[in-house]
Amino acid sequence: MSAVADKYPVFQELGVDVYSVSVDSQFVHKVWNDNELSKMVEGGVPFPMISDAGGNLGKVYGVYDEKAGVDVRGRFIIDPDGVIQGMEVLTPPVGRNVEETIRQVKAFQLVRETKGKEVTPSGWQPGKTTLKPGPDLVGNVWKFWKPRDNK
Amino acid sequence: MEEKEIGCARPTGALVGEPEPASEEKAEPAKKEVPGMTVMVGRKAPDFEAPVYHKGKFGSVKLSDSLGKWVLLCFYPGDFTFV
Repeated sequence: MSAVADKYPVFQELGVDVYSVSVDSQFVHKVWNDNELSKMVEGGVPFPMISDAGGNLGKVYGVYDEKAGVDVRGRFIIDPDGVIQGMEVLTPPVGRNVEETIRQVKAFQLVRETKGKEVTPSGWQPGKTTLKPGPDLVGNVWKFWKPRDNK
Repeated sequence: MEEKEIGCARPTGALVGEPEPASEEKAEPAKKEVPGMTVMVGRKAPDFEAPVYHKGKFGSVKLSDSLGKWVLLCFYPGDFTFV
């Protein structure tokens, strides 16, 4: 969570509300923030830390592990209409890549701004080539974009 | 965030729009299948209201309060875990 907290200013700039969720109580969230996270990120966790007692939210979002009694690493990008645009679920031992989340948010925002007239090819980064779907693009993607363009 | 007074009981959250369980149901927690609640990209994120800790205060948040903004919702296995 400290990695997401560290990048919070970027999410704010992008107009993203951030929430973290675990089955721990609000009280445990406070102690974790005060005693550990605030030593890893200046000022501590800047976003609301949700307490998901019993895994009720995790169950609905498909990320609650009944056996372990915890929510696994599920990450959801939700658009301004409340629609899930991206989800990624990992087992606990491997952490997320926050930079990739930021990249995806920027890509989804671009697609939304252009009302889908522009789409982002694999590995797209801001400023790189986008594709404009239409009859002329069929069979012609190679003219506009190749995987090596990402390098 | 709406700030809330807290007592001794551990506050819990709930999905928004789900009916309150009837009191006699207590002995056996009912398995409720909420129709259309499958989480999938391109579908609505299930709304919920849940207790939070936020910058020194206890309160609650509702996902639908963020409508009009992008949201990043990050589940993780637990406080004091290592990754």
